[in-house]
Amino acid sequence: MVKIVEKRPLTPITRLYRVYAPLIAKAAKAGQFVIVRVREGGERIPLTITDYDRESGLITIVVQEVGATTRRLGELQEGEEILDMVGPLGEAPEIPGGGHIVGVGGGYGSAALLCLMRELKERGENTTIIMGAREKSLLILADELNDICSHVEICTDDGSAGFKGFVTERLQQMIDGAPPGPPDFVIAIGPMPMMRAVEKTTRAAGIANTASLDPLMIDGTGMCGGCRVTVGGEVRFACVDGPFFDAHEVDFDEAVSRSKMYVKQEQKAAACQRSAAGAA
Amino acid sequence: MPVKRVDKTPMPVREPSMRAHDFEEVNEGYCFSHAMFEAERCLRCQDPVCIDGCPVRVPIADFMHAVAAGDLPKAAELLRTANPLAAICGRVCPQEAQCEANCHMTKRFGPVAIGHLERYVSDWEMEQPLNDEVAKPRREEKIAIVGSGPSGLVCAGELARMGYVVTVFEALHAPGGVLRYGIPEFRLPNSILDWEIQSLERLGVEFVNNVIIGKTLKLEQLFGEMGYKAIFIGTGAGLPKFMGIPGESLNGVYSANEFLTRINLMQAFEFPQSETPLSVGKRVAVIGSGNTAMDAVRSALRLGAEKAMVVYRRSEKEMTARIEEYEHAIEEGVEFHWLTNPIEVLGEDGWVTGLKCLRMELGEPDESGRARPVPIEGSEFVFPVDNVVLSIGTRPNPLLHKATPELKTHSWGGLLVDERQVETTVHRVYAGGDAVTGAATVILAAGAGKRAAEAIHADLTSDREEAGKAAN
Repeated sequence: MVKIVEKRPLTPITRLYRVYAPLIAKAAKAGQFVIVRVREGGERIPLTITDYDRESGLITIVVQEVGATTRRLGELQEGEEILDMVGPLGEAPEIPGGGHIVGVGGGYGSAALLCLMRELKERGENTTIIMGAREKSLLILADELNDICSHVEICTDDGSAGFKGFVTERLQQMIDGAPPGPPDFVIAIGPMPMMRAVEKTTRAAGIANTASLDPLMIDGTGMCGGCRVTVGGEVRFACVDGPFFDAHEVDFDEAVSRSKMYVKQEQKAAACQRSAAGAA
Repeated sequence: MPVKRVDKTPMPVREPSMRAHDFEEVNEGYCFSHAMFEAERCLRCQDPVCIDGCPVRVPIADFMHAVAAGDLPKAAELLRTANPLAAICGRVCPQEAQCEANCHMTKRFGPVAIGHLERYVSDWEMEQPLNDEVAKPRREEKIAIVGSGPSGLVCAGELARMGYVVTVFEALHAPGGVLRYGIPEFRLPNSILDWEIQSLERLGVEFVNNVIIGKTLKLEQLFGEMGYKAIFIGTGAGLPKFMGIPGESLNGVYSANEFLTRINLMQAFEFPQSETPLSVGKRVAVIGSGNTAMDAVRSALRLGAEKAMVVYRRSEKEMTARIEEYEHAIEEGVEFHWLTNPIEVLGEDGWVTGLKCLRMELGEPDESGRARPVPIEGSEFVFPVDNVVLSIGTRPNPLLHKATPELKTHSWGGLLVDERQVETTVHRVYAGGDAVTGAATVILAAGAGKRAAEAIHADLTSDREEAGKAAN
């Protein structure tokens, strides 16, 4: 059981949780993730570790409520407990130093970049984060990211904050020489279509690009193989070999297709949840 | 005793047409009179050889005497002393290749049903009031067990009985390892496993779920700040193999591990009340011929598949499943396609639509001594299917030795152990079961757990004596 010490909304559908998980906080490295099961009968889902504090034993996770399990998590209040949490899982990414490192975060993906970018700053790297959202109210952790990056570039689809347009358009401008200048290495974390679009942009410019994949998982230890992704023509398990892979080698078509495997069942689960909520 | 010269007493089973639609246990178990009658069939051989077929050397002849005399407490004690997981092994051991293969009754009348009687006596024991075997920590040394599968459970139990303080670390949210995530309830009900685990808890064994040794905690932390004096690794062989044929990542293709974990550990058959989904279509092909393949194909039937089939490149003779599982699968309507080698999973819009196969014939023996299957030219054909489940074996999980480079392995991933077959290349770190041998049986893992417990006791005793000498 893992106690929720703090819960706060970041957007209408995204919440930040700080939970007491001292063993995970002690072992965690930037870029790793946990698997949670919210309640008895619940699914196991992977969530990126947004931040950790070894002293207080707290870890931070940011959750967008998109399915049955994330909505269940949203129903829990401060002081209540998450049934199961295991981690830290996966490997921290290896990010070469010395150049201009650009993190591209879409939606809740910006949160996943937080401790990674801070670690890079502590290493003395020149960093930029490009964060995108549909509109201003959906941007998350902009202040926190502002503190730990050399430059923050905000993009909104409707222009309600920062650059009007997609993160890839801003990325392209930078590649073409707009300040803060072309990247030497790009880290993409966010929805699959965004990471795929970022990869396309960096490939054309010949820029190294790593992406954090979050396929369906059960155990997170390499036992089920459900999270397999094809990278460079080889089958890899995102849970133990990832979650970061060379974006230029990832078979995104397959990854997108596999991420939709249970769309029908998810709708059924959502309907079931709604009718249960209606009955109550 | 005229009763001897009759056939083996059949195990009462549920009707195939009923049982093929639910996850309730298939075998109903002997009643008292079945058990008495069957135990009487034992020939009381002067030099019994059944025991030589048992990896943990259950004193089967004495056990038969006790059952035939109606002394079930004694029978249960004989069993449990030799095999702490008797209720499980009575259900899942391949007796026909072990103890029962050696029985002198086997040729003419069928063997004495040692496995069925093992189950009967264990089930009887579970119904008795709890015994007073409670935790008596007499020794201060703490021992950590990594993994709660059969080898870990047995090692933990043996050490707890010797008075050690034992903690079992499990990566998943529930203990049992492959007994929990792998073997379906129609063969091994969770209640049996729960009973075994509760027995260990009564002995004082502490179970800690959701901790992955190598990730959450490192071995050196267990020895250092946490103060464990010895560690047993029973992490099994959980890494699924894929065939490397085109189409394996299509939606609808599962490793048997994933398919069974969704069902057994996550209860996907109760979706949406249980929130883990599983996509089972009308036609399911399972590739492989071991017990796991039988478990997967019979689970597919129970989840509504109208056509559930096993596809295997060798012949029926080379099948590795227990004979009982095979027979039950046939009764339930599973189709078997022998000498059929899958070469590609076909798909449309990302989903499986078929399994392309080649017909095979048997050629000269290969390095395993079995006839080598050779493709018949031009025999290519397609099974239209909605799911493909790969059950072609598993390898030891590299997670722990990746985090602990001093733990040396064979090239195929099995942990290297000393001449006693227990201690790894790291001092006071022991290992057993599938993590050492590669995928094998519950009983071999149980035997390894027991051997490791004895070695740990011997080594810690000598450490203690050394320390005592040094202090004087």
